[in-house]
Amino acid sequence: MTTLTEAPAPVEERAPERKPRRNWTPWVLLLPGLLWLTVFFLVPILTSVSASVQTGNYDDGFKLTWHWANYQDAITKFGTQYYHSLVYSLITTVVCLALAYPVAYFIAFKGGKWKTLLMALVIVPSFTSFLIRTIAWKTILADNGTVVHTLNSLHLLKITTALGWTVGNHVLASPAAVVCGMVYNFLPFTILPLYTSLEKIDPRLHEAGADLYCSPFKTWRRITLPLSMPGVIGGTLLTFIPAVGDYINAQLLGNPNTTVVGQRIEDLFLRQTNGYPVGSAMSVVMMVGTLVIVMTYIWRAGTEDLL
Amino acid sequence: MSSHDVLGRTEGGDLRLVGLTKRYGSFTAVDDLSLTIPQGSFFALLGASGCGKTTTLRMISGLEDPTIGQIFLGEQEVTDLKPYRRPVNTVFQNYALFPHLDIFENVAFGLRRRGLKDVKKSVTDMLDLVELGHLAKRKPTQLSGGQQQRIALARALINQPQVLLLDEPLGALDLKLRRQMQIELKRIQTEVGLTFVHVTHDQEEAMTMADTIAVMNHGRIEQLGSPADLYENPATTFVANFLGQSNLIPASVEGESDGVVTVSAHGQRLKVDAQRCRSTSGKIILGVRPEKVQVATDRGEVPAGFNALTGGKVVDTSFIGVSTQYLVQMPSGEELSVFEQNTGRAIQRPGTEVVVYWDPSQGFGLEGSQDIEAGAEADEEAAA
Repeated sequence: MTTLTEAPAPVEERAPERKPRRNWTPWVLLLPGLLWLTVFFLVPILTSVSASVQTGNYDDGFKLTWHWANYQDAITKFGTQYYHSLVYSLITTVVCLALAYPVAYFIAFKGGKWKTLLMALVIVPSFTSFLIRTIAWKTILADNGTVVHTLNSLHLLKITTALGWTVGNHVLASPAAVVCGMVYNFLPFTILPLYTSLEKIDPRLHEAGADLYCSPFKTWRRITLPLSMPGVIGGTLLTFIPAVGDYINAQLLGNPNTTVVGQRIEDLFLRQTNGYPVGSAMSVVMMVGTLVIVMTYIWRAGTEDLL
Repeated sequence: MSSHDVLGRTEGGDLRLVGLTKRYGSFTAVDDLSLTIPQGSFFALLGASGCGKTTTLRMISGLEDPTIGQIFLGEQEVTDLKPYRRPVNTVFQNYALFPHLDIFENVAFGLRRRGLKDVKKSVTDMLDLVELGHLAKRKPTQLSGGQQQRIALARALINQPQVLLLDEPLGALDLKLRRQMQIELKRIQTEVGLTFVHVTHDQEEAMTMADTIAVMNHGRIEQLGSPADLYENPATTFVANFLGQSNLIPASVEGESDGVVTVSAHGQRLKVDAQRCRSTSGKIILGVRPEKVQVATDRGEVPAGFNALTGGKVVDTSFIGVSTQYLVQMPSGEELSVFEQNTGRAIQRPGTEVVVYWDPSQGFGLEGSQDIEAGAEADEEAAA
């Protein structure tokens, strides 16, 4: 006899516990990417690192001799170039940020229905080749162009030359020209992330700020700026990282006194018969250096959680 | 009387709006609004969306500039004062808490911006007032809607504004929480004694909390008064329909004697107090709230002196426990609502012929030329 309180008999015919099936789909989907990264990222890096401690020349071949002195050469002989790369890219990043923030702010908060169009206009120039756009700056900054003419008539060229930004009566073939080209080329990379993070800010927070005793500037300082920090960090990184490695602008708009690391590496690789090892060592130094700078920056900015 | 606090602000005084008008192009959002909100009162601006109530609120806070008109706080004119210079704070509809700051810093925000250094005690006290002291270190996104709402209130209140503006503060909360917060808000207002100006489309919310309600429609104040006054003596069909429900019956005045107006409606004679009539000649609209009306199957059940309308037929009966709601259709097709309290009387089934009756002193008379449906759609819209 069974009573209602009796526990039901254990069910024997319960479905046999199924072995969890191994799901391979994610791995299969990852495969092309992993393969790509291995072939075009991991292998070249290892090759680079290995080449940086080799000796030899183009005719007799290179041997892995753990010749660490290559690094000594790479670092000590090219101090000026490291300095230029760093200074130009830092100035570029700062100028880009200063130019991009108001633009992104305006589009994000005042753009209204024109937002998309305005952002398209920011990106459209990138559809032209990087090289062609840089060469165009040769015309813009040419001696008989408007820029030089205007600066001359305002007597500003003397000041910029005295500061070492320009050379003689020219703007072209000067540090200023290199930075101008870099700022122009990298500006969209600063604007885009800034716009994205500004656009996400609820404009009603501005009203809340105004309501809580913030003047427009204080509202920006206390509310908009902190909330747009992910964009600031993102934008400056996206500008600084390519800028520090860029050498097209220095090559096309600079002079022999504005050489950057990239130009030296190119020279060692393409025009010296025994340049591979030191060139590779310089690449590794640049890579590690950039990484350290970027990591320090992210850490100091204290926005790990925002990234 | 006014005194100066440490910040040099003038304390005390009523909020006065004088001829306030706001136009957007050809659209007039607020139309020549004049209003005095006494210090320390809980004032509600009630209306459907687009009636100009939020625009009015934004002009008081300074987030919107009036096209014409002036705003005074006590003796001080604040019309041209920037929002951040006004001793007025807002609880925003979506709370607008600062997502990058924790709850403590959100609440401390106004004090810090005014340069106060030692904010810990005030913030802690304020968080205690809204009973969320334990959440000081959380970020706004980690809070529930009701908690965020209370933080928004604390963030505004801590500045001890002369006027606290609440823009649909409970709109985003579910019904149960809304009821709870209504009581809470009223408690806090009583406790701090500040002037609260509350904008809402929810008539029940306004009635529960406010001492005085201004019903707004098309940028104008339709009627101003205490909740009971507005409910019992609506001035217009809009107020009668928007604030609760009303049976509005077109009628024509036949005569007046001893303060009682006799009208005819549905071919029958009805009475209404002359004091409660906005118009006592020609066509008027006779109004009576559904809960003041009763139904009977027999004319004989109607007490002497009561208004009675015969010929109606029950078309819908909803028994909801505390009361039974009837929809009674008159021969002319007009439908009347009746909310009868559950006192044990028999429930009339649909199809029953009934007499609808009420105490003449409970009816009211309105100007006959108005749209009889005004406010009814607005109320449905607001409830949706």
